[in-house]
Amino acid sequence: MSERNHTEKVTPPEGASRRNFIGAVAAAGGLAAIAPGIHLVQVSQANTPPRPAGEAASKTVRWGMLIDTTKCTSGCNDCVKACATENGINETVKDARQGAQWIRKIDIKEVKTGRSHSLPMLCQHCANPPCVDVCPTGASMKRADGIVLVDRHICIGCRYCMLACPYKARSFVHQPLTEQNPEVPRGQGCVESCTFCVHRVDKGQIPACVETCTKQGHNAMLFGDLNDPNSEISRRVAQVTTTQVRADLKLDLGVRYQGI
Amino acid sequence: MLRTFRLAVGVLTAVAALVTTGAVAGESRVPKPTITIENPGKCVAPVDEMRRNHMDMLKHTRDKTMRDGVRGMKTSLNGCIECHASKKTGSVLGSNENFCQSCHTYAAVKLDCWDCHQPKANYKAKGTAPADHASTAGAKQ
Repeated sequence: MSERNHTEKVTPPEGASRRNFIGAVAAAGGLAAIAPGIHLVQVSQANTPPRPAGEAASKTVRWGMLIDTTKCTSGCNDCVKACATENGINETVKDARQGAQWIRKIDIKEVKTGRSHSLPMLCQHCANPPCVDVCPTGASMKRADGIVLVDRHICIGCRYCMLACPYKARSFVHQPLTEQNPEVPRGQGCVESCTFCVHRVDKGQIPACVETCTKQGHNAMLFGDLNDPNSEISRRVAQVTTTQVRADLKLDLGVRYQGI
Repeated sequence: MLRTFRLAVGVLTAVAALVTTGAVAGESRVPKPTITIENPGKCVAPVDEMRRNHMDMLKHTRDKTMRDGVRGMKTSLNGCIECHASKKTGSVLGSNENFCQSCHTYAAVKLDCWDCHQPKANYKAKGTAPADHASTAGAKQ
């Protein structure tokens, strides 16, 4: 993707490349403000303090994600790999259609103009999640801080939520698993989806996909509290045009896309 | 009368003999599960309470953590595993001497936890991006 497509317009000093300019600002300023209200992603991705032991998730927080499709490259799979490593997704499925759908890369193209985008699609963590509406047992649930989860203890594997989800963000585990990570239980007979790496978020860390995207220098993903007006993500969504996928469904998504 | 007395003495002797044999051998006639406790005395509650109530404690923690997001509670399944995993196999399952399996096999109570939870301590799973992602990535708008 061309860097000229960025919404953040920066005029570099003459004779210096944009990258060098940003690097210099970052080195000199510490808090690298490249435009009023917009800060470099690297600076903003610092972890938040962990929630104290014994404290429940608060509804004053609304976790959200902003994906800058102008920075997301077609063919890059780093977020998908990071998700698989973090969540112990390592099983081979008999039928490709049965594979885990925690996060996947999709390529989209505007038919008339030919403009194409690549973006990661994951659970959008709706404020009004259809999966929760249809769940017959109450296993599909939304936590107070907006993270939509499956309670596998009471999931009966009916897959109604998979049908209800407009984003195909859920998948079903068809075979017995033995290679789970201790913090990410998953097993046969239950539906599962992206958890926003809830075990990491509770420790004050950011989801594995966002961390990897930033570490690899792509900076296409940003995670934070949409309810906190001072958070980087809140400032960004206030500054630039962002889109909710299928906004017509009025699900009030936690994941927003920039540039589509 | 004498016959009754003899019978009573006989029964008493037999009972005494049984009790003595049991006491000397240090075992009862009822087979008991063999449990290896790797870190004795460090549990979150006394043994009696754990034996009777561990399932309720785990269920309570499970719901608080899963649904309310409460972390760092005194009782946790991962906490059990870290302490009770066998030093030989690194797991709470795998043989009838390993912690969870020993009693549950003995009592014939099915263990569902491990269908989803990892029974090995300090386990680090390898992740591989699902092979099918290339095929699912073709969605066009």
